[in-house]
Amino acid sequence: MNEKQTTSVNGGEGVFDVEAARQKLSGKGGKRYWRSLNELSDTPEFQRWVEDEFPNRSTLLQVNRRDLLKFMGASMALAGLSGCRGMFLPEDKVVPYVRQPEELVPGMALYYATAVTLGGYATGVLVEQHEGRPIKIEGNPEHPASLGALDAISQAEVLNFYDPDRVGSVLNRPTLGYEADVSTWELFEAEMGKILAAQKASGGAGIRILTGSNTSPTFASLMGAFLTAHPQARWHAYEPVGRTNTHQGALVALGGVYDTIYDFTKAKVVLSLDGDFLSPTDNPGSLRYARDFANGRRVKGNKGEMNRLYSVESTPSLVGAMADHRWPAKASEIYSYALAFASALGVTGIPAAGAIKLSPADLAAVVKDLQSANGASIVVTGDHQPPEVHALVQAMNEKLGNFNNTVLHIPAVDVTANPQGSATQVSDLASLVADLTADKVDTLLIIDGNPVYDAPADLGFGKAILKAKNKIHLGQYDDETSFWCEWHLPIAHSLEAWGDARAFDGTASIVQPLMAPLYEGRSAIEVMSMLLGKPTGGYDLIRTRWMAPQTASALPVLDEKAWRHAVHDGVVKGSAILPVQVGVSGNLGGLPAPETTTGLEGMFRADSCIYDGRFANNGWLMELPRPLTKMTWDNPVIMSPATARQHNVKDDDIVMVTSGGQKVKAPVFTVPGHPDDAITLNLGFGRRRGGVVCTIGENGNKLDTLEVSDNDTMGGGGFDAYVFRTQKGATYVGGVTIEKLEENAYDLATTQGHQPLDGNHIPQFEGDDRVVVVEHTLAEFNEKADELVADRKKEYAENDKENLYPDQIFQYEGAQWGMTIDLNTCIGCNACVTACQAENNIPVVGKEAVARHREMHWIRIDRYYSGSKNEPDDTNPQVAWQPVMCMQCEKAPCEPVCPVAATVHSHEGLNQMVYNRCVGTRYCSNNCPYKTRRFNYLNFTDNQRQFNSKLDDKPRIPLLRMINNPNVTVRGRGVMEKCTYCVQRINEVRIESKKQNRDIKDGEILTACQQACPTQTIVFGNIADKTSKVSEMRNDPRAYLLLQELLTRPRTSHLAKLRNPNPEIHSAQTAGAAEGA
Amino acid sequence: MITGQQTYASLDESIGSMVLNQRRHKRAWWIFFLVGIMGTGLLATSITWLVYKGVGIWGNNVPVGWAFDIVNFVWWIGIGHAGTLISAILLLLKQQWRNSINRFSEAMTIFAVMCAGMFPLLHTGRPWLSIYWLFPYPNILAIWPQFRSALMWDVFAVSTYFTVSLLFWYIGLIPDFATLRDKATKRWVKVIFAITSLGWRGSNRHWHRYEQSYLILAGLSTPLVLSVHTIVSYDFAISQVPGWNTTVFPPYFVAGAVFAGFAMVLTFAIPMRKAYGLKDLITMRHIDWMAKITLATGLIVAYGYVLEVFYAWYSGNPNEWDMTFNRRFSGPYAWAYALLIVCNIIAPQFLWVPKLRTNLNFLWVICQFVGVGMWLERFVIIPMSLTAEYLPAMNKMYYPTVWDFAMFGGTIGFFIFLMFLFIRFLPVINLFEMKDLLYKMTGHKSHGDEHGAAELATEGA
Repeated sequence: MNEKQTTSVNGGEGVFDVEAARQKLSGKGGKRYWRSLNELSDTPEFQRWVEDEFPNRSTLLQVNRRDLLKFMGASMALAGLSGCRGMFLPEDKVVPYVRQPEELVPGMALYYATAVTLGGYATGVLVEQHEGRPIKIEGNPEHPASLGALDAISQAEVLNFYDPDRVGSVLNRPTLGYEADVSTWELFEAEMGKILAAQKASGGAGIRILTGSNTSPTFASLMGAFLTAHPQARWHAYEPVGRTNTHQGALVALGGVYDTIYDFTKAKVVLSLDGDFLSPTDNPGSLRYARDFANGRRVKGNKGEMNRLYSVESTPSLVGAMADHRWPAKASEIYSYALAFASALGVTGIPAAGAIKLSPADLAAVVKDLQSANGASIVVTGDHQPPEVHALVQAMNEKLGNFNNTVLHIPAVDVTANPQGSATQVSDLASLVADLTADKVDTLLIIDGNPVYDAPADLGFGKAILKAKNKIHLGQYDDETSFWCEWHLPIAHSLEAWGDARAFDGTASIVQPLMAPLYEGRSAIEVMSMLLGKPTGGYDLIRTRWMAPQTASALPVLDEKAWRHAVHDGVVKGSAILPVQVGVSGNLGGLPAPETTTGLEGMFRADSCIYDGRFANNGWLMELPRPLTKMTWDNPVIMSPATARQHNVKDDDIVMVTSGGQKVKAPVFTVPGHPDDAITLNLGFGRRRGGVVCTIGENGNKLDTLEVSDNDTMGGGGFDAYVFRTQKGATYVGGVTIEKLEENAYDLATTQGHQPLDGNHIPQFEGDDRVVVVEHTLAEFNEKADELVADRKKEYAENDKENLYPDQIFQYEGAQWGMTIDLNTCIGCNACVTACQAENNIPVVGKEAVARHREMHWIRIDRYYSGSKNEPDDTNPQVAWQPVMCMQCEKAPCEPVCPVAATVHSHEGLNQMVYNRCVGTRYCSNNCPYKTRRFNYLNFTDNQRQFNSKLDDKPRIPLLRMINNPNVTVRGRGVMEKCTYCVQRINEVRIESKKQNRDIKDGEILTACQQACPTQTIVFGNIADKTSKVSEMRNDPRAYLLLQELLTRPRTSHLAKLRNPNPEIHSAQTAGAAEGA
Repeated sequence: MITGQQTYASLDESIGSMVLNQRRHKRAWWIFFLVGIMGTGLLATSITWLVYKGVGIWGNNVPVGWAFDIVNFVWWIGIGHAGTLISAILLLLKQQWRNSINRFSEAMTIFAVMCAGMFPLLHTGRPWLSIYWLFPYPNILAIWPQFRSALMWDVFAVSTYFTVSLLFWYIGLIPDFATLRDKATKRWVKVIFAITSLGWRGSNRHWHRYEQSYLILAGLSTPLVLSVHTIVSYDFAISQVPGWNTTVFPPYFVAGAVFAGFAMVLTFAIPMRKAYGLKDLITMRHIDWMAKITLATGLIVAYGYVLEVFYAWYSGNPNEWDMTFNRRFSGPYAWAYALLIVCNIIAPQFLWVPKLRTNLNFLWVICQFVGVGMWLERFVIIPMSLTAEYLPAMNKMYYPTVWDFAMFGGTIGFFIFLMFLFIRFLPVINLFEMKDLLYKMTGHKSHGDEHGAAELATEGA
């Protein structure tokens, strides 16, 4: 229907415009789900349109023949409208495909390559799709930022996609600060047309666009076109926990805006100055770095080499947990450490270092180690550290000869980073606020950000925004920012829209939709094209951008074949940015020192699960135990045990935190190894709007901020730490005070004990020689690996003697499944936990249930601290991770105790759970020494709303059900469940192999946890096949069976952790490692 | 063993009239009955909510899969043991003094087993399935229960126990029903007791069969006294939870059961004999002997505690010692263990003093200590052991919820409810055995033959 058709219905009373109706109804890709008819019927057009269709007639009998024919004609026309499915026909009938879409076999998953972004930077992914439903996001093995692994946050995007709280339609808010009315894109377009027309004369002087970091070439060129068309308009960028510091540091030191990329494959010695390069929330290349770093620590057989990691860090992080030597320091002190290391490395022209707690001898030893690596070392710092630290780190890396070797530089991937010579200058948030305050802004368009919530408190963004006449927010949720905007536009999720984005190294990916938009969302590029007056679909925009030559771009131009390859592979070949040769040229001595602090220091860090708050409405992430604290649903005030003692507070006490005139009530949680005189305030919590998951305080423990309250009716999981965060104090602020309000008044939901030290290596009594995590130092292991193996064998043999039963229980032929987990490379990142949750339909249970220890994760990562042997050391203990899931014991203690035989052994050695047969006596769980079984105490699966007691009945459940993996049973209440070694994946591969009449190949089956693991810590396979990787790992000298003295014969073995301490360093921390095993 | 000037008629009067003359039940009965009804209502509410909502309304978690549910189950089963011991073992040992207390202690057994039986059924995640999947019925799926599981043994042990106890109790009631039928004045009462007495006429043949079946059931019950709690203790002993896996459990559980059972019999007997003027039938000698048994079994239990600790140390098993040392002697639940020692070991020691044994108020208080102590014992064993096992990362605390207490309180109410119905509508003391005893005591040996006393008893009726 290209030409405009006008069909007149019912004489002259009303004119039914088919084309207009189609536009109204179609949106940009069809309307499959909507919240209610009222949504549409509320608009005057729709009302009129409905009336026109059956104009004031009660029955069709009153329609004369002529009119009836007209209706029929109209119906025929309507039948061709793309947007009409689901409108008149009920869609609750399930019918087989009449014409089966190409490549789609019902029951078989399809995988599509696309990319997800975090803070603008892309990670290539494959999305598993079942009959049109995306159900799981996995890493794309061909993508350099993923290599097949994927972090927890990116995996949880699929839950965001189905989030029923995402706004489904355009919202218009006639009165700011009150609930909005449902509107349409057409109304908004009309409104926007008026605004743009009014601004035309001044060249768009009153238009401001605010975005986050962005790496999309298409978005950049559309924005460029818009700014060309409106030369006086301004583009501002603000990312609450972005890479601004890194870029500024590079600008100071190297004279240009560069992204620094590390090559950990070559690194022998790594010094991290508060740089958590293993966390996706701290570095966009973390998955790749984790793989490379772990490869540098992989030890096989009796001898091996490992890189060495030193970490000086503020908030305990994954890097500190992996470090061979770790020193806690306040975030503000890192600069002094950087100065001290830099001057020791011979960087000249820098100020003298302040006092640091590292002894000169230890410092010299680290420096010597770094220098002896001969250009194969890396000094790294975190994006949150001030630019000065980054500049010093660049200088250190140059001094160490790491440039062009282990440390590479590329022009910044982020298009908002103001690369020099860029046609488009992007200003920061402060200048936007200045313009707003000066009444220069007529129209503010905020694209996918939430500045009212996360802008620095001293900017007063929430007040400044009111100065703009028109405020438009394009976002997923009706959040704090939308609350103060006249228009809220629903943004399409990356799983339902076309787009493009680039990874940390510049590699570009085409983002392709997996599904027609669930709601009326449109992507940012579609909105930009609309602003340009040429509304175009995302597909056309992306394709045009990539297939047409661009003058100011080094990106490859794709032809049809290359385009198809790029879409199929998820990677645009040749798009990685080539490293450039740079040198440190800046005047490091002339740098202003970063802010110093006095008194208690508050350190702001992005939450390791919900990041800056944008994932706060994601139940998987909210309930994901934070690696070090094992905290869920909350961001307590984290401090060291010594600081807690000093302030006379304990875990679960409620304190009043005061800083810069702001007061917040928050619970206390102590973490060993946290620097003293400092508290960590994780960002992203205490949301006032933006969905039911993030805004509900559980247990009646509502912790509202006392000063900032634009909406008192909702509480919030955790507290809002942004209220303390200022422009200068974006990383840390000094002079924070805490005052105890109530003792033991809060129920923090942690999944692993409240005890500061869990006591793995700490004897509970005289003669306690129990060991849960086996660890050695590398030197000790290399020296006497054979001895250690012999000792273990002897011990096992002795234990076996006590066995009353025949040793061989299973003598079946065929594959015997087994798994190994190498504790030496486990970084504790949680990727496996979320992968398991997505794969196995594991429900979110809510804070109250976690507080009662009823979390359902099938895999947990136990965190053990170890200090010196005789004395619990809570100032700086070492950390060991131990992932534990069902160990699939050959002599499983759970099996004989089940009265109804609901847990039985398979001939392939799996300890199987028969859900249908289970009556839920929980005896199996009681008798499981590993406590890996999970019980559905309540109806968790259908109770996704259970942590939401306040909301009216929205159609939440059907939508969330769409996320379920059809190959895994959804468990009801009263049923025991546990890890199955992803039996559905085993069966899938088995069926394939049988069809091809061959054996299952080694490595053909990947369990979900194994697949997601960035460091390839988990290996799964057939242990009956002596040549398989898992057999090799199982027979490694480091392999041990957890609690083997119980003779359960687990099929999962752990491999001992190795530490590689520098023998020249004698600080307290190394003592424990040497005696660890 | 019977005091006062008693005749067969006076025995009929003092016992039988509790059923036939409803005016004997005064306000006290109504108060207790009301408490029982309220408790039963609470139980019904708890069960309804439990089945509707799920086991999650309780405080159980992972690792603590069993908590109040199984604690209460074991406690109630234990309470029942005194009844069986009194009626079966003392019968076989020809302990005549049992006659005045066996009837209501048997009733207590049945009611306690009813309370106990609810828990293992309702503590499952899906009780509607466990009702039949736990029983070995032939089915076309050819799936049998898992006979290796101690829970399976439990099903048999408890159901057998309940069946045998019920039969034993009912058969013992038949001659008394006949007496009541004959004494009743109201027509409908006569009809009811006529039906329940199963046509008992007191003929020689009736008595002969009665004695034989009673003896057989006593013989069946006797091993049950030992077996039921032994098997219940296997639920824990066969597992590998530190603190559960202990060979001392079977005898120690049985002794504990009798200990708690006698404390419960005394708890009821002392007020009842006062309220209904049964001082001549439940004499101070009965009370004294029961107190002595309580003391004796208490000492066995104390010995069990000592052995438990000794073997935790002597075995050299660090997990067992950790459990004993860090979860019992110290740690967050140390108060429970300390209170348990006070209640179960220290408190019964007062019973060495004869004066205190016969001080009814004092004795009753001691019995309450024992009841609390035996409940705490199961609490210490079951959830506390689960809170800290092999992997320190899974050390978790357990906190009960209001529904845990509601269900427990509800069963106590239900028990009171049944007991007070029993007091009002069934003969609480074995009528004919008392007459038999009276016959033997008063030396009416002229009739000579064995059946004389029994005949006399029925004639008296």
